[in-house]
Amino acid sequence: MSGLTLEVRGLSTHFDTRAGTVRAVDGVSFSVRRGRVLGLVGESGSGKSVTGFSVIGLVDPPGRIAAGQILFKGTDLTKLREEELRRLRGNRIAMIFQDPMMTLNPVLRIDTQMMETVFAHTKVSRQEAWERSRDALGMVGIPSPEERLSSYPHQFSGGMRQRVAIAIALLHRPDLIVADEPTTALDVTIQAQILAEVQTLAREYGTALIWITHDLSVVAGLADEVAVMYAGRIVESGVVGEVLDRPLHPYTHGLIGSVPSRNKRGSKLRQIPGMTPSLVDLPKGCAFRTRCSHADAACAEDPPIIEPGPGRSLRCFHPQLESVA
Amino acid sequence: MSEPVIRLQGVSKRFGKTLDFAARAAQGLRRAMGGEVKAQLVRAVDNIDLIIRKGEVVGLVGESCCGKSTVGRMVAGIIPPTEGQVFWHGQDVTALSPAEEKRAMLQVQMIFQDPYASLNPRMRVSEIVGEAARVHGLVDRAGFDAYVDAQLRRAGLDPAYKRRYPHQFSGGQRQRIGIARALSVQPEFLVCDEAVAALDVSIQAQILNLFMDLRAELDLTYLFISHDLGVVEHLSDRVVIMYLGRIVEEAPAEEIFARANHPYTQALLAEVPRIDTRQRQFTAIKGEIPSPVNPPPGCHFHPRCPHAMPACRETAPVLREVAPGHRSACHLNG
Ligand SMILES: Nc1ncnc2c1ncn2[C@@H]1O[C@H](COP(=O)(O)OP(=O)(O)OP(=O)(O)O)[C@@H](O)[C@H]1O
Ligand SMILES: Nc1ncnc2c1ncn2[C@@H]1O[C@H](COP(=O)(O)OP(=O)(O)O)[C@@H](O)[C@H]1O
Ligand code: SF4
Ligand code: SF4
Ligand SMILES: [Mg+2]
Ligand SMILES: [Mg+2]
Repeated sequence: MSGLTLEVRGLSTHFDTRAGTVRAVDGVSFSVRRGRVLGLVGESGSGKSVTGFSVIGLVDPPGRIAAGQILFKGTDLTKLREEELRRLRGNRIAMIFQDPMMTLNPVLRIDTQMMETVFAHTKVSRQEAWERSRDALGMVGIPSPEERLSSYPHQFSGGMRQRVAIAIALLHRPDLIVADEPTTALDVTIQAQILAEVQTLAREYGTALIWITHDLSVVAGLADEVAVMYAGRIVESGVVGEVLDRPLHPYTHGLIGSVPSRNKRGSKLRQIPGMTPSLVDLPKGCAFRTRCSHADAACAEDPPIIEPGPGRSLRCFHPQLESVA
Repeated sequence: MSEPVIRLQGVSKRFGKTLDFAARAAQGLRRAMGGEVKAQLVRAVDNIDLIIRKGEVVGLVGESCCGKSTVGRMVAGIIPPTEGQVFWHGQDVTALSPAEEKRAMLQVQMIFQDPYASLNPRMRVSEIVGEAARVHGLVDRAGFDAYVDAQLRRAGLDPAYKRRYPHQFSGGQRQRIGIARALSVQPEFLVCDEAVAALDVSIQAQILNLFMDLRAELDLTYLFISHDLGVVEHLSDRVVIMYLGRIVEEAPAEEIFARANHPYTQALLAEVPRIDTRQRQFTAIKGEIPSPVNPPPGCHFHPRCPHAMPACRETAPVLREVAPGHRSACHLNG
C-alpha cells in the first residue's frame, strides 16, 4: 500500500447565500499518510473548518461540495451514499470538535454514550463494549475510568469533557481523525496531555490526523506536514520544518513574523496590514494582494500551484526566499 | 522605583457558588430524601499581596479559574474584596470620599476578552466611545464629535465608521472599539483581561502593537491578564503567576522565563508550545487542576508536583524572596 490514508484533490465547497456564492473552499488539494499529522492553519474564516467538515461529509445546505475528490484509502467519499458514509463515520473516520458538547449528549451517562458508539459499528457483548469504553477513557488519561463511566457530561470539567469526546473518537481506532481546534479553549497543561495522547495514537495505531488550528506553535510541536490556508485556498504546504523555517509565501512569512516569540522582547511586532477579504464573489487573482507588499500587476491573475521542492506546494508569483528572523 | 499606583494587601475574594441546573436538581433530590444541602464557597482569590507601580506592565498568568479575572475586577474596583485592603495611590479605597472614588474608578479601565459581549449592540460606535466621557464632563456637546474622532483614530479606527453598530465590525475592530471606549475617559491604568485571546495571530499583533504605542504615548500602567505566556513574555516588565487563588511566583519577566523557581511555573513553561520546537514529545503535568471549591490542603499544587514532600500536604508555603525582586512560594526554598 502507498500508505496514503487520505488524498483530497481539487476540493471546492461553496455556500449559496443571498449575498452571493461563498467560495469557502476553493480548489484545495492535500494528502495525509498513515500515522502522520497534517496541521491545517490559517486565520479565522479561511476555510479550515469547512475543509474538515467536507472530508467527513458533514457539510449542511446551503453548503455543497462543488468539485473535487476525497479519496479515503482509495475510495472517493464524495461518491458514497449517506448511508455508506455514516458507516465510515465514527468507525474508520472520526471528528473531534472544538466544543466537546457537539459530540456528547448532555442527558446520557458517559457509559451509555460510549457503549452505543461501540454497538453502532461492532457486534460485541455488553461486557466487552463496557471494557472497551473503560480502556478508551484510560487511554486519554482520565483517572479511575471505571467510576467515571457512570458520570454525566456536566460532572466533568471542560478539559475532561474534551478528553471523553476524544476517547469516543478513539473507540474504533479510526484510520483518520479530523480534529478542529480541539485544544484551543483548554489550558496549557491540559492541552499538553491531549497532544501527548494524540502522538501516541498516531505512532502506535497508525491513525492519520488532520489537526486544524490557528496556533502555529502547536503545529510546530505536533504536525509532520503543514498546509497554510488563506481565503479558501492552500497557499503553501510542506514538511513543518521546511515551511516554518523557509516559508516562501508572503502570507506565511507574515503569519510567522507576527508570533511574539519571533520578535525581540518588547519590540513592535511585525504585523500583516489590513484584514481578510470577504469570500463572497471574491474577484479573481491572488486574494492576498491587497495586503501583500510584493504584489504587482501579475498578481491580478490566479497564481498557479507550483512545486518549489519535493513535497512542497505554493501559490504565489513572487516567492520570498529570504529567511525569517 | 516609581510609586505604587495600586496595592492589594492580604486580599481575598470568596463567592457563594451558584449551582448550575443539574447540580441544583441533584441538591433538590438530596433534600427531598432528607439529606443536607451544603452551600459551596469558592475561594477565588486567597490572601494575595500585589503592587503595581506607575508605568509598569505586570503580566498575570495562570490557568482557568485560578482567579485572574477576579483579581482584575478587584483592581478595577468593579467588585470589593471579601477580606484585605486595596490602596489607590497609597490611599485605602474604602476611605475615599464618593467624589474621589468616582475619579479613581475612571482612572482604571478594563478591556475584556470578548469585545462583542462588552459592547452594547444597540448603540452606535460614537455613543459607545463618547458616552462615558460626556457623562463625566470630560467633553461638552460642542466638542463631542471631534473628541470621539480622536479616540477612534488613536485606537486605529477610521472615524468614518462611527455611525455603525458593533455587529458591523470584525473581532479585531471590535477590540479597538473597546480600547477607544476605555481611553475616552483618560485613564492612567488599564486592566486587560485576555484582551487578545480571541484574536487571530495577525490581528493580535496589531492590537499588541497598539497597547505598546499607547503605553509610550499616554504613560499608561497595565495589568495584563493572559494565559498566553508568549504574549506575556513579549509585553510585560514583571510577571505574576497564580495557581488556585494564590500567587505562587513573581519576578521580572526576563528572570521568570530564564530562571523559574516554582515547580508549577517550571511545568507551565515546559508545556507551552513554541514555534521553534519541532515535533517534540508532549508530556503533561499529572492530574487535573483541582477545583477552587475544594482546594487541596497545604500547597495547592502538591497533588501534581513532582517534588512534593510530606510538609507540602500540611502547610501552605509563603512567598519568599529567592533573588532580588523574585519571590516564590515553595517549601523547596527552605
Ligand atoms: N453555513 C454557512 N453559510 C455561509 N457561509 C459559510 C457557512 N459556513 C461557513 N461559511 C463561510 O465559509 C468561510 C470559511 O469558514 P470556516 O468556518 O471554514 O473558517 P475557519 O477557517 O474554520 O475559521 P475559524 O478559525 O474562525 O474557525 C467563511 O467565510 C464563512 O463565513
Ligand atoms: N461572580 C461569581 N460567582 C461565583 N463564582 C465566581 C464568580 N466569579 C468567579 N467565580 C469563581 O472564582 C474562581 C476564579 O474565577 P476567575 O477569577 O474568573 O478565574 P480566571 O480569570 O483565572 O479564569 C472560579 O472558580 C470561578 O468559577
Ligand atoms: S501572488 Fe502576488 S499578491 Fe499574492 S502573495 Fe504572491 S506576491 Fe503577494
Ligand atoms: S511546596 Fe511542595 S508541592 Fe508545593 S510546589 Fe513546592 S515542592 Fe511542590
Ligand atoms: Mg473553524
Ligand atoms: Mg478569566
